[in-house]
Amino acid sequence: MIPTLGHGALMLALLIALAQAALGLAGAARANERWMAWMRPLTATQALLVLMAFVALATSFVRHDFSVYYVAAHSNSHLPLAYRLAAVWGGHEGSLLLWVLMLVGWMLAVAWRSRGLPLVFVARVLAVMSLLSAGFVLFMLATSNPFERLLPPVREGSDLNPLLQDPGMVLHPPMLYMGYVGFSVAFSFALAALMGGKLDAAWARWTRPWTIAAWVFLTLGIALGSAWAYNELGWGGWWFWDPVENASFMPWLAGTALVHSLAVSEKRGAFKAWTLLLALLAFSLSLLGTFLVRSGVLSSVHAFATDPKRGLFILVFLALVIGGSLALYAVRAGAVGLGQRFGNLSRESALLLNNLLLVVATGSVLLGTLYPLFLDALGLGKVSVGPPYFDSVFRWLMAPLLLLLGAGPLLRWKDDAFSTLVRRLRWPMASGLLVLASAWLFGGAASAWSCTGYALAGWVLGGVIEDLLSWRANWRQLTRAQWGMWLAHTGVAAFVLGVTTVQTHESSRDLRMQAGDTVALAGYDFRFVDAAAIAGPNYAAARGRVEVSRAGQPVTTLWPEKRVYRVQRNPMTEAAIDSNPVRDLYVSLGELLPDGSWTVRVQHKPLVIWIWLGCLIMALGGALAASDRRYQRRQGRP
Amino acid sequence: MTRWLIPLVLFGALLVFLARGLNLDPREVPSPLIDRPAPAFAMPTLADPARVVRREELLGKVWLLNVWASWCGPCRTEHPQWLKLAQRQPAVTLIGLNYKDERDAATAWLQDLGNPYTDSLFDPQGQLGLDYGVYGVPETFVVDRDGIVRFKHVGPLTHAVVREQIEPVLKRLGA
Repeated sequence: MIPTLGHGALMLALLIALAQAALGLAGAARANERWMAWMRPLTATQALLVLMAFVALATSFVRHDFSVYYVAAHSNSHLPLAYRLAAVWGGHEGSLLLWVLMLVGWMLAVAWRSRGLPLVFVARVLAVMSLLSAGFVLFMLATSNPFERLLPPVREGSDLNPLLQDPGMVLHPPMLYMGYVGFSVAFSFALAALMGGKLDAAWARWTRPWTIAAWVFLTLGIALGSAWAYNELGWGGWWFWDPVENASFMPWLAGTALVHSLAVSEKRGAFKAWTLLLALLAFSLSLLGTFLVRSGVLSSVHAFATDPKRGLFILVFLALVIGGSLALYAVRAGAVGLGQRFGNLSRESALLLNNLLLVVATGSVLLGTLYPLFLDALGLGKVSVGPPYFDSVFRWLMAPLLLLLGAGPLLRWKDDAFSTLVRRLRWPMASGLLVLASAWLFGGAASAWSCTGYALAGWVLGGVIEDLLSWRANWRQLTRAQWGMWLAHTGVAAFVLGVTTVQTHESSRDLRMQAGDTVALAGYDFRFVDAAAIAGPNYAAARGRVEVSRAGQPVTTLWPEKRVYRVQRNPMTEAAIDSNPVRDLYVSLGELLPDGSWTVRVQHKPLVIWIWLGCLIMALGGALAASDRRYQRRQGRP
Repeated sequence: MTRWLIPLVLFGALLVFLARGLNLDPREVPSPLIDRPAPAFAMPTLADPARVVRREELLGKVWLLNVWASWCGPCRTEHPQWLKLAQRQPAVTLIGLNYKDERDAATAWLQDLGNPYTDSLFDPQGQLGLDYGVYGVPETFVVDRDGIVRFKHVGPLTHAVVREQIEPVLKRLGA
């Protein structure tokens, strides 16, 4: 009964979405206010229907309704409640439903927060978003129905992929999708501007908070995903340049470029056509990411839902949405104009360079991700390009970007003098050298790249400090947007510091250990006490007990596990991690050897937590900037 | 007008590849190396930097060269096939070519997943990979007793590839 209701709600949502798109576009074209007035109530209706479908699916999971194929495939009567709820988006069909739920959520937010915008504009934005929603709901109903029934029902479900049974996985997809889908707002704003043929500072001011909000979610989502891989995959790596990761990283890079180019469009009315293109690009890359992950054209370590049959639908959808919007861009972008001129040394030119580097970085990730696909399309087989390519390309792109990040915000809009800049760069210089020197003192910087990393982390931080100090006389005038920018840039510095330190100073030992053996690593002694069999709710495990001490003083006890989930039977390495701001101790169990000893990997990872804390600080900065008063004032009131 | 079209044109080209990608399957490719002598090498092994394996030592044996790396997702997928192959064909020498990798990461990878290789050559710069014309990882070559490359497979091994392609070649070569 409940699944049928959910299915029905989805079908109704499709009809409403199509009607709403038609009404909005026609109403805006004919300036018919009565038609356009329907947009907000219809948005609410659509959102309600999708929410009903989502709740229906969640209820089926909670009640163990194994007559629903999707529930039977992703749950089990022994699966704990929290993971049953997370399992709603643990597979392909449910992730799509979550995606659409997010989309209508953003639509609702736009409808609610856009009272100050021209009705024609709002109608176009909501119509475009409705079209997107219709496309995704149609995709679900046609190829990936989450409510498909299994008759007769099975007695027991085949359980959730054990990799996904982790607290990080409960939050990671919703955050990521909020980001992906959030870029649809900027996308729709851009299309509405192209349809209207007008783009002014007000447009940039409307678009900016939405874009930053989406960017904040995406940043958090990617960071959570990385933390999940670190905790759950058990190898101690935090980024693998896997196609699924790249699919989320590309829109992030393009979105970061967009956030910065919107600043120029708002403050100086420049970069107009470029900003529009970036807005289209950021969301197009989100869609492309979905295609790559969901269609199965690329093999990946953690693609958990792939089916080539669905690929065709997404491909056609992709062609219509991206092709259509780029065609509109080709026709109308000339009309919005290029905007104000600026000097060679100015905030604008720094941001232009920033955009250039970010877009090239996006392109290089796209190329690296698709290279295997290109080979495949030319009949040369599926291969992996992997970190050697990305690592070497990214260093050369990120180093100049960080250099720019320290100096750019110190430049004035329109035009600046070289001598002023040099004077203001004293802080970044000093801070860069200071960080580099302390890195030398504490452990040495092994390579040219690690020196560069330390110096740049200090440089970026110094730039923020210099900028902050220059406001000390009138700090009351500082806006949240400025604090947000400084916070976000500080997050970048923390991230760079974390990455550089981990790359330079991490150490690990792989060895076989008998009960009672001790291994020393980075000043810590790890004593493998024993390994005992334990039983979890839906798995059996061997749990090791590793006592860690430093100079004879006990530090902590770690409990790494090797789990075998009862239904899916695959062994999972559950690493034990002791984390603090200075270092992580990471112990994972390998295999039980015939003589009763275990292969064990112990790792020492200094400052690794700052990789994620850095992302968190960036996201907080974004949130602060998006809540700036000037967006509230002009948008909130009717 | 023309310059505003550039994004659309680029996207169109991308779409063509994506569409083809949907319909294509990885297949074995004719390689310029097939029926030619395997390129010579003298490479240190992964396990012991002091020990060097030369191509000449392998003359008189049928051997397989498998290009792998710890960072490579598809290698993880094909790895069980190698473990099985090592059991089923004890007479065949399996040489791994650890490609553009780090020694620690590669050693750990083998410890975690099991080591099917007689030896793994350590090639951090990818020089030998260049000699063998490696497109990407993983790739597999079959070399006969006279040191001639007889078969090449791009992409991960599957059960079907092992049964229907590699094992018949091995049988023909009298391994």
